[in-house]
Amino acid sequence: MTPLLELNGVNKDYSIGGFLDRSTLHAVKDVSFKLESDKPEIFTIVGESGSGKTTTARMILGNETPTSGTLRFMGQDIAAIRSRADRLKFMARAQPIFQNPFEAFNPLTTLDYYLFSTARRFLGLKSRAEVEAAADRSLQHVGLSLTEVRGRYSHELSGGQLQRIAVARALIPGPKLIVADEPVSMVDASLRMSIVNLFRDLRDNLGVSIIYITHDLSTAFYISDRVIIMYRGEVVESGDAKTVLGSPTHAYSRALRNAVLPPDPIAARAIIEAKLADANLAGPAGA
Amino acid sequence: MLDALATPSETRTRPILEVKGLKAYYQMNYFGVQREVRAVDDVTMTISRGEIYGIAGESSSGKSSLIKTIAGAIRPPLRVVEGSVKFDFGGKTLDVYADPARMKAARWQHLSYIMQGSMNVLNPVRKVKHAFHDFAYKHMSLGEGDFRQRLVSHLERIGLDPRVLESYPHQLSGGMRQRLTIALATVCEPEFIIADEPTTALDVLVQQDVLALIKDVQRRMGSSIIFVTHDMTVHAAIADRIGIVYAGRLVEEGPTLDVFQQPQHPYTAHLIASLPRIGDLRKRKALPGKPPNLSEPPSGCRFHPRCPLAIDICKTENPPLETRGTGRVACWRAGEVEAA
Repeated sequence: MTPLLELNGVNKDYSIGGFLDRSTLHAVKDVSFKLESDKPEIFTIVGESGSGKTTTARMILGNETPTSGTLRFMGQDIAAIRSRADRLKFMARAQPIFQNPFEAFNPLTTLDYYLFSTARRFLGLKSRAEVEAAADRSLQHVGLSLTEVRGRYSHELSGGQLQRIAVARALIPGPKLIVADEPVSMVDASLRMSIVNLFRDLRDNLGVSIIYITHDLSTAFYISDRVIIMYRGEVVESGDAKTVLGSPTHAYSRALRNAVLPPDPIAARAIIEAKLADANLAGPAGA
Repeated sequence: MLDALATPSETRTRPILEVKGLKAYYQMNYFGVQREVRAVDDVTMTISRGEIYGIAGESSSGKSSLIKTIAGAIRPPLRVVEGSVKFDFGGKTLDVYADPARMKAARWQHLSYIMQGSMNVLNPVRKVKHAFHDFAYKHMSLGEGDFRQRLVSHLERIGLDPRVLESYPHQLSGGMRQRLTIALATVCEPEFIIADEPTTALDVLVQQDVLALIKDVQRRMGSSIIFVTHDMTVHAAIADRIGIVYAGRLVEEGPTLDVFQQPQHPYTAHLIASLPRIGDLRKRKALPGKPPNLSEPPSGCRFHPRCPLAIDICKTENPPLETRGTGRVACWRAGEVEAA
C-alpha cells in the first residue's frame, strides 16, 4: 500500500548574502519520515524558531521545492506537480492551517466567502444551496454552524473561533492530510484546548492525518501519536510521542523538555531559583 | 542604592501602588452614534513594595487597558471615568491623574515599562546606545562619561556584552533584544516596573533565562513589578500574587500558590485545569462560548454565559469582589468551586 506521505532524504538550502559574501543556509537537512495511509495519526514536528519546521511544512504543501530528496504524497512526487488539474487534486487532499487566524483572513472580506469559494473550487459545486450545504456540513464538524458565521467579519470573532473556521475551510475538500503550522500559539489559553481537542476528533472521526507543528511541548505531549524533534534543520530525535517527550535522550530534546515550565508554582519557582543560583556562580553577572 | 532604603521604615510598609474604584472606558462618537467599551470596570487593588504582581487574562479582557491606565499612558478614546491611581515613591504620594507634571518627571526614573515587541521599542535604523540616551539620559543627571560608564556596568550585570551598544537591533537575537528592553527599563533603578508580556514572543529555551533575569533584577533593586501575561505557567514561576481579569473586571486575586491549589472563581479553576502537562494524558475540557464583547457585556456576572455553576442571581446581579481566605474573589458561588 502506498503511504500517505513519504519524505526521503529531504534537504533545503537557501543562499543568503550578496555578491561578495554569499553563503548557504541549510534550512532542512536530510529529513525522512513516513505517514501510513490506513492509520490516521497526529504527527508532531517540534523545534524552536529557525529549526526548519516551517520550511518542512512548506515543502509538504508544495510551496517550496526541496534542493534534494523527494516528498511523495500518495505516491506522487509533490515537487513534480505541474498541471493545474494535478495541483488542484493535490491541494484537495492536503490542506493548510496557518498560525495567525487574524492575518489569515482578510479583515474586509466576510468569512463565509472563504468557505464558499473553497467549496466551489474543489468540489465543483455550482448552485448556492449546494455550496452552503457543504460549508455548513464542515462547520458542524468544528462545532459551529453557517448561521453563526454567515456575513461575519474576522474582527467579530475570537481567535479560537477563527481558527476553527480555518479548520472547517480546510475540511471542505475532504482532505487526507492537514498541515497545521503553530495553530494555537496565537489563540488564548482558555480556547487553546478546544482547537487541540478538535484535532483529536478529526483524527478519530474523519480519519484525517494531521501534521502538527509547534514549539509547545506540553500540547504536543497531550495530542501527538508520533513526534520528531528538529534542531538546526536536522531531526535529532523521533518516535512515539509519549516515549520521546516523556524521557528524551538527545541533549537538545532534554533541554527543550526542561524548558517547559510546569503549571505548578512550587516546581516552577524551583527552576527559576536554580537558574539564579547558576548565574550567581557563573561570575560577575550575579555579583 | 535606592532612595527608598534611606526613608523611615513606616513609609516602606505603605503600599507602593493603590488603585481605587478605577473605571476607564473607550468612549467613541461616530456620526452621532455613541459607543462605550468598558475596558476597565471598577478595579481596586494595592501592590506592596518588592512584590511581583501577576495579571492574567485573555486577549481583549482589558488587561492591557488596565496597565495603561495605571501607568497614566492613555489617550482618547480611552478615558478615566472614575477612581484614582496613586503611587508612593520615596514617601511622597503621586496621584497619576491629578498631577501630570510630577508624573512626567517620575516616568522612567521611578516608573518604567518592559514592553512586548522588542523590535518596536528599539529604532531599527539607530544604534542601541541611542535608545539608552533617548530613554534614560535626562533622568539620570549624569555627565556623558559617567552615563556611559553606568550603562556599561549595568549591561554587564544583566549579562550583556557592552559591545551591543554599538550594534543595530537587527544584528541581535530575539533573546538579546528582550534583555536590552529589560536593561532599558531598569537602568534608572526604578521602584516600579510594568512588564507587558515580556516573554510571549520568545523561544521556549530563552524564556526561563529572561524570567530569571527579571527576578534577579527585581531582587537586587527591591522594585515592585506588575507582570502581565496570559500564560499561567509564567505566573506560576514568577508572581507572588496573581490577579485574574475577566471582561474588564478583577474576578480573583490571591497568593500564587493558593490560587493554583485552591482557585475560588470558576474561570480561574478552568484556566488552571486546562493547562496540559507532560506525563498527564487526561482529557482537558475546553471552556464553551466565546469571550464577551465589552461594548455589550452580559448582565450580572460577566462570566455567567460560560460558567458551569451559573444560577439565577448570576444573570442579574454583579458579584462584589470580597475577601475570602487569603485572597479576594467576585463570585456568588465562590465556596463551591472545586479545584479540578
